Amino acid sequence: MTPILVFMGILAAIMIWWLARHRIASKPWMEVGLTSAGIDRGGAAPPTAKIGMGVFLAVVGALFSLLTSAYFMRMNASDWWAMPVPWLLWVNTAVLAANSVAIQWAAVSARRGQHESVRIGLVGSFVLGGAFLAGQLLVWRQLVDTGYLLTTNPANSFFYLITGLHGLHIVGGLVGLVRTTAHAYDGSDARSLRLGVDLCAMYWHFMFFVWLVLLALFSGYASDFVEICRQLVT
Amino acid sequence: MVDTRSGMEGAVRPAEVEDVELYHPHSWWTRYVFSQDAKIIAIQYAATAIAIGMVALVLSWLMRLQLGFPGYFTFIDVERYYQFITMHGMIMVIYLLTALFLGGFGNYLIPLMLGARDMVFPYANMLSYWIYLLAVVVLAASFFAPGGPTGAGWTLYPPQAILSGTPGGRDWGIILMLVSLIIFIIGFTMGGLNYVVTVLQGRARGMTLMRMPLTVWGIFTATVMALLAFPALFVACVMMLFDRLLGTSFFMPAIVEMGEKLTQQGGSPILFQHLFWFFGHPEVYIVALPAFGIVSDLISTHARKNIFGYRMMVWAIVIIGALSFIVWAHHMYVSGMNPKFGFFFATTTLIIAVPTAIKVYNWVLTLWRADIHLTLPMLFALAFIVTFVNGGLTGLFLGNVVVDVPLSDTMFVVAHFHMVMGIAPIMVIFGAIYHWYPKITGRMLNELMGQIHFWVTFIGAYAIFFPMHYLGLLGMPRRYYEMGDTAFVPASAHTLNEFITIVALIVGAAQILFLFNLVWSLFKGREAGGNPWRATTLEWQTPQTPPAHGNWGKELPVVYRWAYDYSVPGAPEDFIPQNQPPTGRLTREATA
Repeated sequence: MTPILVFMGILAAIMIWWLARHRIASKPWMEVGLTSAGIDRGGAAPPTAKIGMGVFLAVVGALFSLLTSAYFMRMNASDWWAMPVPWLLWVNTAVLAANSVAIQWAAVSARRGQHESVRIGLVGSFVLGGAFLAGQLLVWRQLVDTGYLLTTNPANSFFYLITGLHGLHIVGGLVGLVRTTAHAYDGSDARSLRLGVDLCAMYWHFMFFVWLVLLALFSGYASDFVEICRQLVT
Repeated sequence: MVDTRSGMEGAVRPAEVEDVELYHPHSWWTRYVFSQDAKIIAIQYAATAIAIGMVALVLSWLMRLQLGFPGYFTFIDVERYYQFITMHGMIMVIYLLTALFLGGFGNYLIPLMLGARDMVFPYANMLSYWIYLLAVVVLAASFFAPGGPTGAGWTLYPPQAILSGTPGGRDWGIILMLVSLIIFIIGFTMGGLNYVVTVLQGRARGMTLMRMPLTVWGIFTATVMALLAFPALFVACVMMLFDRLLGTSFFMPAIVEMGEKLTQQGGSPILFQHLFWFFGHPEVYIVALPAFGIVSDLISTHARKNIFGYRMMVWAIVIIGALSFIVWAHHMYVSGMNPKFGFFFATTTLIIAVPTAIKVYNWVLTLWRADIHLTLPMLFALAFIVTFVNGGLTGLFLGNVVVDVPLSDTMFVVAHFHMVMGIAPIMVIFGAIYHWYPKITGRMLNELMGQIHFWVTFIGAYAIFFPMHYLGLLGMPRRYYEMGDTAFVPASAHTLNEFITIVALIVGAAQILFLFNLVWSLFKGREAGGNPWRATTLEWQTPQTPPAHGNWGKELPVVYRWAYDYSVPGAPEDFIPQNQPPTGRLTREATA
């Protein structure tokens, strides 16, 4: 359960930092009237949708941390045979990285008000995201063809389960991209478009980050890393 | 005192909010059925939760009939008995308590108490309810599926949960259960995002974090916990569904079923237990923290005194929430884990007693020399305190490995968790309904029916669960269909079981009286007015009762003080609403 506990530790640090900024040690019974902290809300505060996306990504992070924890625990059983990492998986990783660049480009362009670039970035991101998904399905096909079935080994089961759940989140991201792209073409106002592009960027960057962690897990780098940490501690 | 009033002459002009921000329903359907108004969603959540909760109540009757009078009721066979206890537990914990506290009270109270017009994402909020309803329907469907619902026990431990020896294991029961849980978690996540982000972003001007009523603190912290804990159950359910349907071996060890060796091997049932309890223990506090928060407000309001140690109460809620994530393995002392882990988890478990005890002391100190009104909400709040202390003390027993090992899987455990997370939170739910019903409907609940309901429920709950501690100490195991002729169980234990069953039937009937009261008072109850309890928090200061769509009319309230200004010396009334501006009058610190 170490990965999820590390993840929770990071969240706890963020929450403590946030609580500390909100005068958690003040004495509300002594303070009547509008305190300065009470008035100054708003202004530079981030939009509600972004906060919502942040909280949602924390939940998604917990989900994948738990899957990683389960992976590590099940890995120690004697019947575990690690899967090979098909070279196509590295290509897919490159595609997802390119997707992250594209959506970031769209976000920067939206901030600068360059509508044409926003559209190109969004469409490019959608194409690359779709390509990643297709690539993942191709990896599944290849593995099935070479005999790595879902039930042959727990390592396989985990691979299909985790990449499948990640793929479902990618589908969700594509839906978000379609909606934002539609906004970019029907000429809705610049502010809401910028927000939409920013939300997409947050989501896709996070999905890319999650994918990197998962790739480290499948390729065995993660367990090597954990082993080094364990040796350092003991 | 901190001078925060310099340069301000009394009231500040409230912030006007443009009307376009608020979604307006156009038809009866979007107003009352597919409503995006948090208040309607709250009532939908509560009604659904109570309806499915009544099913769980009937199931508890049936299982008590079997335990009290084994052999008399032939339609309760072994399989049905296990199905009853499983569905009773699962419904009560997830579909009633979690849904009612967070979906019901959370939806109703968060926007109103914070001075917001609605939740921040009303559409997702509406979806959350309908997905919850779908989860309940799938769950209820398992009663009618071939083979009936699952009988795996509410913990659904593999491998037995998906084998043919367990009711529903090779039929539809377990599949529908797992699917229903997955749907519930998806729906809850949508609602939970709303509750958290509304607290973060939706507060009225002047409503600092430390001015929020403890109810909101409790629901907020519990929601954060639920958002992070439910994924563990989600993962466990998906993996078990794979094991059951696709033949993977995440949890399934090599096993022989009905003389036939299964293809699965090497899986770890302990892995499931870790995932389940990583959700399961926080779940206890997901139910308890809203109860803690609500009961603090009930006590303060009905004792006409500010809550003692508000800051400490807030910190305790947050600390309990954090600690509850590192105690899960105390549910697994008998799973054969490393004794060093047992030591670690026993220590963290006992540490939780510290912030919890602080809360109990603070409730008692709030009551100390207060102007206690023995209204129905107050009675239920007092009942909560004693019940919670009771259940908490047996928790200290079970938290210690050496005491837990002999008591594990006995009726003592049943008594403990029913006291601490069954009766105690239910007491708060009742108290809260008696407290907020006037705001929700504009009418008071009938006092006489309420008194009967309270005394029967309170005394009855003790008559049911107190003797169970004794049965557990005798060694009577839980989950057994019947005891038969067992040397260590004396005849008196059977008499006690009969007694418990009869009381359980009576207490159950009292809940029907309560439901009748809810309906009767809707039409015949006394008119309540806007603020019958003379309370300070914002939900009682709405221009209309019940609050209209948008809650506040044209202007949002501005908050000038904390939520507990009761019996302030020198004030004309014994309460000062949170949105009442300072009039240059001296506060209690200045007079001191």
